[in-house]
Amino acid sequence: MTAVLSIKELTVSFDGYKAIDRIWFDVFAGQSFGLVGESGSGKSTVLRAICGLAPITDGTISIDGAPVRVPRGKDFHRKVQMVFQDPYGSLHPRHSVDRILSEPLAIHGVRDAERRVLRALDEVGLGNGFRFRYPHQLSGGQRQRVAIARALILEPKILLLDEPTSALDASVQAEVLNLLEEIRRAHKLTFVLVSHDLAVIAHMCDRLMIMRRGQSVELVEASALASGTVGSSYARSLMVASEGFRRGRKPSEVVSDRRHQPQS
Amino acid sequence: MSTLLEVENLRVRFPTRDGFFDAVRGISFTVGQERVGIVGESGSGKSQTGRAILGLTPPNAIVTADRLSFDGVNLRSADARTRRTLRGGRIAMVLQDPKFSLNPVMTIGRQIMETLRAHMKVSRSFARMRTLDMLQAVQIRDPERVFDLYPHEVSGGMGQRAMIAMMLIADPDLLIADEPTSALDVTVQLQVLGILDQLVVNRGMGIIFISHDLRLVSSFCDRVLVMYGGRIVEEIAANRLTKAKHPYTQGLLGCLPRMSGSPHPLAVLDRKQEWLD
Repeated sequence: MTAVLSIKELTVSFDGYKAIDRIWFDVFAGQSFGLVGESGSGKSTVLRAICGLAPITDGTISIDGAPVRVPRGKDFHRKVQMVFQDPYGSLHPRHSVDRILSEPLAIHGVRDAERRVLRALDEVGLGNGFRFRYPHQLSGGQRQRVAIARALILEPKILLLDEPTSALDASVQAEVLNLLEEIRRAHKLTFVLVSHDLAVIAHMCDRLMIMRRGQSVELVEASALASGTVGSSYARSLMVASEGFRRGRKPSEVVSDRRHQPQS
Repeated sequence: MSTLLEVENLRVRFPTRDGFFDAVRGISFTVGQERVGIVGESGSGKSQTGRAILGLTPPNAIVTADRLSFDGVNLRSADARTRRTLRGGRIAMVLQDPKFSLNPVMTIGRQIMETLRAHMKVSRSFARMRTLDMLQAVQIRDPERVFDLYPHEVSGGMGQRAMIAMMLIADPDLLIADEPTSALDVTVQLQVLGILDQLVVNRGMGIIFISHDLRLVSSFCDRVLVMYGGRIVEEIAANRLTKAKHPYTQGLLGCLPRMSGSPHPLAVLDRKQEWLD
């Protein structure tokens, strides 16, 4: 099995501050790979670095065995697309859904845009009626569906998902997660999914990496989460935290760890 | 156990271009010195319920209730002055996102002192001392330093703790927490809940915990009110949640993925028209 996306010793620093410190992982075709960690752990920065939105200080990123170019070319974006966390911020407020979806097609000179837009809308379960609406006329879940449709419209092979459901209600989250699984099956897509929610990662991914302070803590199979056989103590404490609140447990027993914590 | 808050047939309606929109449609509940959770999706009216209790509903909305009383004070007929003394003094509210609900141009210490001095006639130095004590109580390790920081200089978890400190400094009897942990990381979330938990135990407050996360609420609260479309569809003791009868409550529980494995695809809510009636 060859890696579709291969990351070696990736380092990203901002003015000497290492947001990512020598990260190393491979994602195979059709796999779903998860990145978990607290805020500030660098998980989103990994995705941004892959897309060319964060400066790579060291290391290589290869797609299908070939290192990515700087700046990323059109061919890269045909293969790799990203869905952002906040559907309220990632859609242009004064563009209609139709224009949002047509723009990538225009940039890449794809013909039969009309048919593609309709098909993309259909695929994410929105249908024709939404085509000429504006983002403010949509609910959070519907907006995220539009964002997913925009990512799908160029028929990429890899989808980078940055907390695609954390801005949504629990019940809407289930719908969006189901949609993502469905399109992954239908298009044989490869996912890289970032989330702070271990349960979401366990549900969606085959393998995952737990990150802390820009470094990789552990690289495990998702089944290890279900059986509780993760190795590091940090991973275990994250698992305890996501089980929910237990009364009587002192706040100090809960891990908290921030690197740039200017306070206390 | 004495009843702190009594709500009977509370309605909140907003005039819109095409008639009235009913955000809250006749809900009744009481809160004593206990923890009550209000759970629902966005648009279920849970936040409007909290705001109506405090009198923070937008002025164009119409709030009606057969009874809305806090510790014997009738909130419906109370004038603005009475409400002001209650608000922040005896009933306090913790809001969702510390980034937007703290004053960005005022140091954290000054904001907390302001709350105290608005409700009690105390000297500046006493207020400062109380503020530092309170920051300590919410487990801020270096209160002296945090006192002089602006909200943008602290992390989300720290900001939320500062807000809790601000809300608790006047020693309220009832705390309304509207999604107090939704903007925070899982681990920080538990810390904040732990702090709230201890404070509730030590001070004997009542708390209304508003959230969309049914599992989180049920692990923190004694009793859960489930809201849908502006109504309470089910009221259930938190430890009996697995025996919930209403399909909406069951749906909310079932749609969350679990670490120990969940069905593919996940169960989704099948919203029924009759739940609204």
